[in-house]
Amino acid sequence: MLWNEEFETLPREALESLQLKRLQHTLERVYATVPFYRQAFQKAGTTPDQIKTLADLQRIPFTLKQDMRDNYPYGLFAVPLERIVRIHASSGTTGKPTVVGYTRRDIEIWSELMARSFGAAGVGRGDVIHNAYGYGLFTGGLGAHYGAEKLGAAVIPMSGGNSKKQIMIMQDFGSTVLTCTPSYSLYLAEIAAEQDIDIKSFPLRVGILGAEPWSESIRGEIEEKLNIKAIDIYGLSEILGPGVAIECIEEQHGLHIWEDHFIAEIINPDTGEVLPPGEQGELVITTITKEGIPMIRYRTRDITRLIVEPCRCGRTHRRLERMSGRSDDMLIIRGVNVFPSQIESVLMSIEGVEPHYQLIVDREENLDTLEVQVEVNEGIFSDAIKPLQDLAARIRKEIKELLGITCKVRLVEPKTITRSEGKAKRVIDNRSK
Amino acid sequence: MKVQQISIFIENIPGRLAEATKVLGDAGVNIRALSLADTSDFGVLRLIVDKNDLAKQVLAEHDFTVSKTDVVAVEVPDRPAGLADILQELDAAGITVEYLYAFVERLGDNAVIIFRFDNVDGAVKTLRDKGIKILPGESVYNL
Ligand SMILES: [Zn+2]
Repeated sequence: MLWNEEFETLPREALESLQLKRLQHTLERVYATVPFYRQAFQKAGTTPDQIKTLADLQRIPFTLKQDMRDNYPYGLFAVPLERIVRIHASSGTTGKPTVVGYTRRDIEIWSELMARSFGAAGVGRGDVIHNAYGYGLFTGGLGAHYGAEKLGAAVIPMSGGNSKKQIMIMQDFGSTVLTCTPSYSLYLAEIAAEQDIDIKSFPLRVGILGAEPWSESIRGEIEEKLNIKAIDIYGLSEILGPGVAIECIEEQHGLHIWEDHFIAEIINPDTGEVLPPGEQGELVITTITKEGIPMIRYRTRDITRLIVEPCRCGRTHRRLERMSGRSDDMLIIRGVNVFPSQIESVLMSIEGVEPHYQLIVDREENLDTLEVQVEVNEGIFSDAIKPLQDLAARIRKEIKELLGITCKVRLVEPKTITRSEGKAKRVIDNRSK
Repeated sequence: MKVQQISIFIENIPGRLAEATKVLGDAGVNIRALSLADTSDFGVLRLIVDKNDLAKQVLAEHDFTVSKTDVVAVEVPDRPAGLADILQELDAAGITVEYLYAFVERLGDNAVIIFRFDNVDGAVKTLRDKGIKILPGESVYNL
């Protein structure tokens, strides 16, 4: 469903001229109000009035997560605190979190983009949205909540945790839409199965899943186990929160990024050079309507590519290919770039293996080692030793074929691998210790 | 004429082996025979117990990965080459033995040995044709 038909289907030419106008306005504003940006532009020898085309954006320096930390907490805000109505922060695993502030208009735009995103996923009035994203400093819960209300759907503010109760509410309230992380949706399916509850028979129709990288094979598993359509949604608190980009239900391939509010660029993460459309690299986003904390050429660390071909849903906004990992998550093992998602795709290609795995990276005698721990479920368990050893050998061989690195495959008992109720912890890197 | 065997995946051998047997003991399940096959990383514990369904249920509740397999319990005469003769008969019939292990308890003077075959039905037929005594499940679970 098109929530905002005019803007979602704006012809490319009009969309791009709107982008330029909004970009110029944003650059002028941050130059005037945020000392960090003024200094960064001056250091790069540029001023907002030199930006005459969208391509000129390349003259502006990048903004990094570290810049947000250096300006903690409010240093990058472009409006006085009197105009801020909401503050969120990221769950910084190290050091200070990154802080974002929203004006009333920012909240309205965010709600509109989330409502558009729900619409793209085929959700509308009459739907009951079971929102299991965390409510709090994390943007997921409130972001989805405001969008759901804007849309006119009924939203159940579940937040995370207490999974048995989640299943009871979902069943009793007749939820039709589930919003949470992909790993949590699988966790819910698992908890339901343990209680002999047939989650497949629930009225659930659509899952809007995000906040962590996931793969096509996990989508298949979620769709099968919960009997829903699983839609990938993308967002990050530095830029907005959930609702920056989403797949349309028509294609379920590539996430439309709302280009009347964001400019997406793909760069080579090593050199910073902008790559031609269609090439894979790091996603860089510039916000062009945000008031509270505009972000100029923010390096997301997410690896993707832009799909420029028109989409049959009719939206003119270009699509981001499913994130294939984060440049932060990228492991360099004996000089080879390894994304956890690549290991996952190997596991999922083997009949019976579930995507419950963990990678342990270590260093022995100055050589990197990789151990892939795979949970043994009933589907692959055998009373004889040989088939299990053959399975481990096969995984090892296929990883070697795909990535060119040798690893150790260790079969482990189910649930040995820490499965938090939020994001799954896939990698333990002991090399820095 | 088949006997049900329960197999358990054991990752950390010393601790989990004790845990698995304790879980069964606490539930009042008696272990009749067992064998542990292990590698440097993991092991498979195979058990013949008196209450199969209860055993599988309590093990699953404690997050063990469990499977059930059909095996054959054979009464082996207490004389030199008692086992060797049986193995020879099976070999001659082209039946492969995946593994075998003995019962703790004896049946009179004779030993009871659990056989895991790749082809259970073929093996049962061969053993019968050769007049070798196979024990039914019920008598084995409560031996
Ligand atoms: Zn589309």
